[in-house]
Order: sequence, then C-alpha cells, then structure tokens
Amino acid sequence: MDNRIYSINGPVVTVRNSSDFSMLEMVNVGDARLLGEVIGITGDKTTIQVYESTTGLRPGEPVYSSGSLLCAHLGPGILKNIFDGIERPLKDIAATQGAFISEGKTIPSLDENKKWNVTMKVKVGDTVKGGDIFATCPETDLIEHRSMIPVHISGVVETAVGDGEYTVTETLVKIKNDLGEVFEVKLAQDWPIRNPRPVSYRKPITLPLVTGQRVIDTLFPIAKGGAAAVPGGFGAGKTMTQHQLAKWCDADIIVYVGCGERGNEMTQVLEEFSELIDPKSGKPLLDRTVLIANTSNMPVAAREASIYTGITLAEYYRDMGYHVAIMADSTSRWAEALREISGRLEEMPAEEGFPAYLPSRISQFYERAGYIETLSGKEGSVTIIGAVSPQGADFSEPVTQNTKRFVRAFWALDKSLAYARHFPAINWNLSYSEYLDDLDRWYSQNVARDFTALRSEMVQILHEENQLMEIVKLIGSDVLPDDQKLTIEIAKVVRVGYLQQNAFHPDDTFVPFAKQYKMLKVISYLYDACKPLIQKKFPISSILNTGIFDEVIKIKYDVPNNNIALLDEYFDKIDKALSTIE
Amino acid sequence: MGLQLLGLEEISGSLVALDHVKNVSNEEMVEIELANGSVRQGRVVQIEGEKAMVQVFEGTAGLSKKNTKTRLLGHPMEIALSKEILGRVFNGAGKPIDGLGDVYAEKFADINGKPLNPVSRQYPRNYINTGISAIDGLNTLIRGQKLPIFSGSGMPHDKLAVQIVRQAQIADDDGKGFGIVFGAMGVKNDVADYFKRSFEETGVMEKVCMFVNLSNDPIIERTLTPRCALTAAEYLAYELDMHILVILTDITSYCEALREFSSSKGEIPGRKGYPGYLYSDLASLYERAGIIKTSKGSVTQIPILTMPNDDITHPVPDLTGYITEGQIVLDRNLHQNGVYPPIGCLASLSRLMKDGIGEGYTRKDHQDVANQLFASYAQVLEARSLASVIGEDELSESDKRFMEFGRLFEKVFVGQGFGVKRSIIETLNLGWALLSTLPMSALDRLDPELIKANYDPERAMRTISLALQGEE
Repeated sequence: MDNRIYSINGPVVTVRNSSDFSMLEMVNVGDARLLGEVIGITGDKTTIQVYESTTGLRPGEPVYSSGSLLCAHLGPGILKNIFDGIERPLKDIAATQGAFISEGKTIPSLDENKKWNVTMKVKVGDTVKGGDIFATCPETDLIEHRSMIPVHISGVVETAVGDGEYTVTETLVKIKNDLGEVFEVKLAQDWPIRNPRPVSYRKPITLPLVTGQRVIDTLFPIAKGGAAAVPGGFGAGKTMTQHQLAKWCDADIIVYVGCGERGNEMTQVLEEFSELIDPKSGKPLLDRTVLIANTSNMPVAAREASIYTGITLAEYYRDMGYHVAIMADSTSRWAEALREISGRLEEMPAEEGFPAYLPSRISQFYERAGYIETLSGKEGSVTIIGAVSPQGADFSEPVTQNTKRFVRAFWALDKSLAYARHFPAINWNLSYSEYLDDLDRWYSQNVARDFTALRSEMVQILHEENQLMEIVKLIGSDVLPDDQKLTIEIAKVVRVGYLQQNAFHPDDTFVPFAKQYKMLKVISYLYDACKPLIQKKFPISSILNTGIFDEVIKIKYDVPNNNIALLDEYFDKIDKALSTIE
Repeated sequence: MGLQLLGLEEISGSLVALDHVKNVSNEEMVEIELANGSVRQGRVVQIEGEKAMVQVFEGTAGLSKKNTKTRLLGHPMEIALSKEILGRVFNGAGKPIDGLGDVYAEKFADINGKPLNPVSRQYPRNYINTGISAIDGLNTLIRGQKLPIFSGSGMPHDKLAVQIVRQAQIADDDGKGFGIVFGAMGVKNDVADYFKRSFEETGVMEKVCMFVNLSNDPIIERTLTPRCALTAAEYLAYELDMHILVILTDITSYCEALREFSSSKGEIPGRKGYPGYLYSDLASLYERAGIIKTSKGSVTQIPILTMPNDDITHPVPDLTGYITEGQIVLDRNLHQNGVYPPIGCLASLSRLMKDGIGEGYTRKDHQDVANQLFASYAQVLEARSLASVIGEDELSESDKRFMEFGRLFEKVFVGQGFGVKRSIIETLNLGWALLSTLPMSALDRLDPELIKANYDPERAMRTISLALQGEE
C-alpha cells in the first residue's frame, strides 16, 4: 500500500508496481492531493491523468486511491451554479482563493450548510425502488428538485424524517432491502460521470424543441430528445447560436458546458442570464440554468471530463421528469483534449493525430440524448446541441465528419454569410434535419395543417435561387426572364425577411410559432399574387417599385410578437399595392 | 544552495537528460554551469524515476556529457516584478539587457500564471478609442479584450500597432494610468528597433516594458517570452491598477519555436507538424487578457501574427481565431492599392463590440451604422466579382452605385492614413455620409426613422471631401 509517483509528463503521471488501482478510478495525486483518474493499467505501470496543473509535483510523492469512479455529486444546489469540468464550484473557489484558481483544494460541489425546505413523499412501510422520488424541495423559484432513491437501492422504508429543513448531508430515509441490508438515503447522491443513468425505456421522438429561431424551427428543427451539431469556423456565430438557444428554447433546464472556450464568454452567460427574464415564468433565466466552465486555459484533462459532467447533470434532471437541453461549446476542444492525452500516452494516432477511438467516444456522448420514460414512470428528455469548431473551417476534418454520423440535425454555419452579417449564418444548402418526418404530426396539429407544405415551398424557392445564382454569377441578372427574376426577389424576401434574425432586437430575438407561420403565409401569398402579373408581362421593376417587397421584409420588426393579428392586414396591403400596377 | 550534479546523461536538440536526480519537481528551474564558468538556465519538462529531461533555454551548443555542473533551484520559472519594470528592456527570459542592472523585486511570480476564475472576471465593456475608423467604427476594441492582427509578410502590421499605441485613449480613466507591455518573439532586429524608436518618439517609453527575443535568439527562450510579458502585465494591471496594452509579435514565430521544441522531444505531431496541444498552449497566453472584479486595472492584448502565404486556415491563425475575441485582418489587395491601414473589414470581427458600444459608450446608432456598412460592403464585393466577369459597364444601375460606394469606403473610411486620428463621432458621421451615397432603398438594415434623421446626400459630399482633405 505504498503507491508513489514514478514519472511525470505534463498531466500524465505513472505509478509503478501497484495493483491497488482499478480502471477509471478517481485518485488523489501528490501531497497537494491533486485530483486524477486512472486511465491505463499495464504489467507494472498504472497511468493516471491529472485534472490540475502538475507544476511542482515530484516523483516519490504519494498517490491515494479513493475506491470509486470519477463521480458527479448530484443534489439540490446545482442550478444557478457554475462549476469547473470536474464539478468544483467556481463561486466558492473564488470566495476562498481569490481571482485565480490554484491547485489541490477540495471544496464540496454542493453547499453542505444550506438547508433545503424538504417535503417528504414516502413514509415508513412504503416499498420503494431505485429512481422513485422520495422528497421534493424548491431548488430555485422556477424548479422543484425531486430527490430520487439511488438506482441500486430498493426495499422497504424503515425510517423517514418529517417535512422540514435539511442539508444535503443529512440522512432522510433508511431503506431495508430483501437481504436485510439497510441503506441511508440523503438529498445528495453520487453517479459516475462516464456511465449513462438508467431509464425505463426510450420513447419515440414526437415533440420539437421550440427555439423561436425561424431558420431552426421552420427549416431544420430539432426534437426534444434529439441531437444537433453546429459546426462553423471562428466568427461564424457558433457561440451566439448556442446562447440564443440557451436563452429561448422551451426546455425546463439548460446545462451549458463551456468546454475549452473563452473565459469572458462564461462571464457573459453568467451576467446575462442573471439579468434576462424568462418570458413564460417571469423569473431570471439563471434559475433554470447550470453552467460548466472549463475555459481553454484550465487543465486539459478536466476539459475532457467536463462534457461527461455536463451530460450527467442533464440526465439527473431528466430523471426527475424534466426536459433538459445541454449545449456543449465546443466538442472539438473536447476531442482535442482526447488527442492531447492520447499523445502523452504514446498511443497510435489515426486521422490527423486523433486517437482511433474518437468516433466511438463521440457516439457514446450523443447517444446519451433521448426522450425517455424514467424509472419512476415520468417523461423526460435530454437534447444535445454540440458546437463543432472545424480546423480551418473545413468540414471534412475528423470531428465534424464523425459528429455528422451521430446527430440528426446539422446546422452548418457559413463564413460567407457571417461576413455579409447574415445571422444566424446557418447555410440552408448544407444544413439538414432528419427530424422533419418525426415532427410532421406535431406541426399539423399544433401550428397549422399546411405548415409543412409552406415550408417545402420556401425550401423550393431557396433551392431554385441557388441554381439561378449560378447563372447570375456568370452573366449577370439582367438577362434572366422576369419569372426567374421574381423567384430571386422572393428568395431575397425569404433570406432577409425570414431567415435573417436579429438577436439584439427585442421582438425578433424570439419568434413564436404562430408568427413564423403567418410570416410564411404572407410571403407565399406575395409570391402567388405576383406570378399572374409577371405572366401578364408587367415588368418586375413595376412590382418592386410598389415597395411591397421591402414592407414584407420588415414584418419581423414591424409586427410585435404580442400583436400577431397585425399580420392579417398584410394580405390586403399586398392586394392594394399590386392593384396599383394594373 | 541545493545539490550539484556532475555531467549529463543524454543531449538531444535543446533537451538534456539528467540521471540519478533525487527530489526534483515538475517544471523546476535548473542552472547548468559549463567548464568555462558560463551559466545556462533550463527547466525540467519530464521526469521518469530518477531521470529528468531538462530543456535548456540558451541551447545546448558546447555542452558535453562531462563538462557541466547542474544545480536544481527548487522553484518553477519566476521573474522579478516591481513598478520599476516600466521603461526597462528585458531579454526573452526576463533578464535585463538594457545595462541598468537587476530589477529590485517587490515580488517573484511564476511565469505560467494561473487560470483566471470565470466568476472573478468582469465582462469587458469599455471601449478603447484608437482613432482608426475601421477599428473604432466596425471592429471596436474593448478594454480587456484580446484582438489579434492577422497580417502577412510585407504588410504594415507594425505600423498599425504603433498607431494604435500612439492614439489609444481609454474612454474614461479610473485606473492609475496606462502602460504598454511589449513582447517580441523572433522578430528581426529592425522591427524591435522600430518599435523602440516609435515608443521613444511618442514619448511613452517610460510607460513601456519590453521583452525582446530576436529572430537569432534561442528558441526555448522564445517560448518563455510571451509568458514573461503577460506575467509583468498581470502584475501591473491587477496589483498596480494600471490599464495595460500588451503587444505580442510575432505569434507565428512563437508557434514555430514550439513546433521545433516539440519535435525535438519526439512528440506526435498534429496538423502541419505543430504539436497537438498548440490550442491549449496558445489559450494559456491569450486567456490571460481580461479584467478582474477585485482590481481596477485591465489587460488588453493585441497579438500580431503573420499568416504564412496569407492563408487564414493555417493552424496558427486558425487556432488563434478560435480563442481570441475577434481578429483584425489585413488585406493584401487593399495594401497594394495604397490603402492604409489595409484592414479587410469583412474578415475582421470584434466579438465584444456589441456590448461596448451604443448609448452610454459611443453613440446610439453605432451598431446600426456598422451593420449597414458591413452589409453594403458585402454587396460591393458581390458586384465586383460580377464585374470581373461581365465588365463594369454591363452592371445594373444599383450595382454601379455600389461599386462607387466601395471605392469611397476603401479610400475614405478605411484608408485614413497614418497621421490621422478620428474621434468616434467623426467616424460615425463619415459612415452616414458614405451610406448617403447609396439609394435610400438599399439601406435594408436600418430603421426608417434613423434613415430619415441622418440620410443626407448633400451633406455627405461635404463630409467626404473634408475627410479626403484631412487625409492629405
């Protein structure tokens, strides 16, 4: 039982001649007790990746075994908080250590002194099983925390406390199983981050994640329980898209993982989300949000873990019966962390230096999304939206390609759109969503019967424009016949008036489905009304001169979200404007 | 102090191996004394049992397996800091080279720094008025931001950096003044001289702290230079409450030094031979910009990098762009057309701009004007690519208006010249003047009310000709 450091290479440390460790076990390294995880065991060598800076570590310092896998601590107090990649509370670290993060301090993830106002849901004599909710408490003004019996415990409640105020470390319930073993159950429990939490069964996908972003909701929707990827070069607006979704999507809980990204961005999310008010509940958005920040200058091994920590927290809230959306920005940094550690282990590299197990790790992550029935019979979902930062904005690189295989919605961000300040810069020719068919029914029942038809019409117009632009690029637009010019003009209305959305405009930042539908309807009506005029050989310029196209483009600003009825007037306006031509 | 070890086990590139080392810590500093009495510095980079790999900053020329005595210093790489570092010149490893002797240290600090807790950061909001329209108007620099200049060989990035230093003003001043930390990595002697001379001419030299690693200095030292510079900057900003502008040039040389060192260690290379950890390594530099809540100072970074072959997808600019908060891209076409500063506005971006401009900071209509200028200029480029196929005469009437707008935009708005300093109000008015040369219906990003208040083709012509005169 004398485990000592033998070699040190960056974040990778080895111990010789030890058989005390198991794979993926959490360990404490050195006198400073840095947190680490066992990632390899060979004949005489145990390899450990350390989640903190190893500067100053010496060979010969002890390594302590913990006997458990790397776990997330789950319980009330997660929401509104900001953690690092291994779930250490950054606010508490700031309070005790100052502005810079130093190594080796263990601070409990959840506040152990805070008392929660607990309502008990079980009583002595009840038979309970893993996943059953035994107590609830208001975690934030918005979210009720539903504490569950740990998955491996089932039996009869022997003792239970009454309603009252308890901390996360107090035992609330004792459960005796068939074998006579007694388990103590507290508000907080642990779960190994690399293992998916169990569910009763997976349900088919039927509901969309409503985001209020027109290009996503209408053209490339994402379903609750689905997975989407947002690839794009720098400056294309990945982070902006993620922030918009985190703010406006209709999930109950948002887990925002800043994985290897900018520190200022996390500060921004923290500040902005405490100020922004959720329109539905009137409470700050932070009440439903948990942030995981492993910025790019924090240790690389913890970056690798941050994605798993995030998804574990998401699954925990899903099991309470909530719809959870997790934004991972960016999964490329996570893949690079894998590459970096793989390099230190001197593993054989595959494509571009990434380890050969990259695709399987990516698929394991995205497969943790799903719409499920929980062990206690509730419905919940985890939706994953992963940003990808392809090297050189080249979508053929391994992380983008492998991600593409495991997600069903792909929102390709386009640098040339971003240069022209067309935001969100989601390229309609490269993007796709496979959820359209799954959601068809929902659209016709909840938005309008002809919504998908209208959508197809818009896609058709954009597609035709794309082909016409090929010709325009060669010979200019003047030579096109007027009916094709009309298509180009209508496509411009769709692009500028519909797909472009201003995140900084109070009304345009989130657009309800009813308005989206009406806007499509107006654009389609305009197109249909212009066609006969063109057939009657009226020049396209006479139609454009009426200014009706510009007016339709500005609908997004002119019609407020709370007065959608105004949109009905546009049909008349179009008729009136076009009648002046004849 | 400490134990001395005789001889070396192995020498390879800039690395030496020591054997039978006891009680060595990771990243510890060592001193290697040669037979002739000269001393070199090094750092432990890898430990295996009793064997330690040491990187030697000044290179391994002249070392043999026998002629050295190595001493472990018992601490990681540190530099001496005090208020006196302003006005001084250091080498890449933080040793004074201006002949004024050692710095009397108020404290020693580890050059690697520590990650800044996002909770303790203050989100940057106050803009820095650089007096350059293409930056202030379209890619506003914010205090606490990291905004690199992407350039290429032969382009005037140094001149631009000097102009920024000379003209930069902070919108309000609650810190104890303004200082500059200059880190030169692998730059030519002339370039280092140019900066030094320019600082002296502008009279800011006593506010500048320089760390200079020339292109023929050892590469290991080069990997330390930016860390020394940033450690000094953090000290000045967070402990002495100063607003520090850090200029780092040239990041590409730094990355090449890193690659050279990595390959000598035998590491598995990533893209273009650069080490797989290039992103993390660059981030550990760039992320040291910012503002913290407990201090009044700030660290703003302007790293300069030359894109090999003007290729923005090269790993160095690519990874930099993913970490920094935007970029200012210099455009060779503009440069060849005699436009100075040749800032390619569409490829440039300031991510923090949106929160540091507008009412209370610059002017209410700033964001709208910038958006419209961007959008209109994007249309100019479309018209140009069409004109290059069918000829300018064949363009439609509105495309011709855009072509003219493009010419004015580049000549007047962007190409303001080295000696001209414009206030933010002048910049925005000039923006409106340029937009007024377009038909009103082409202004699709602007609120009609705003257009009504500012669209004035007649006044526009006067403003533009005034600006043209100012330039001359």
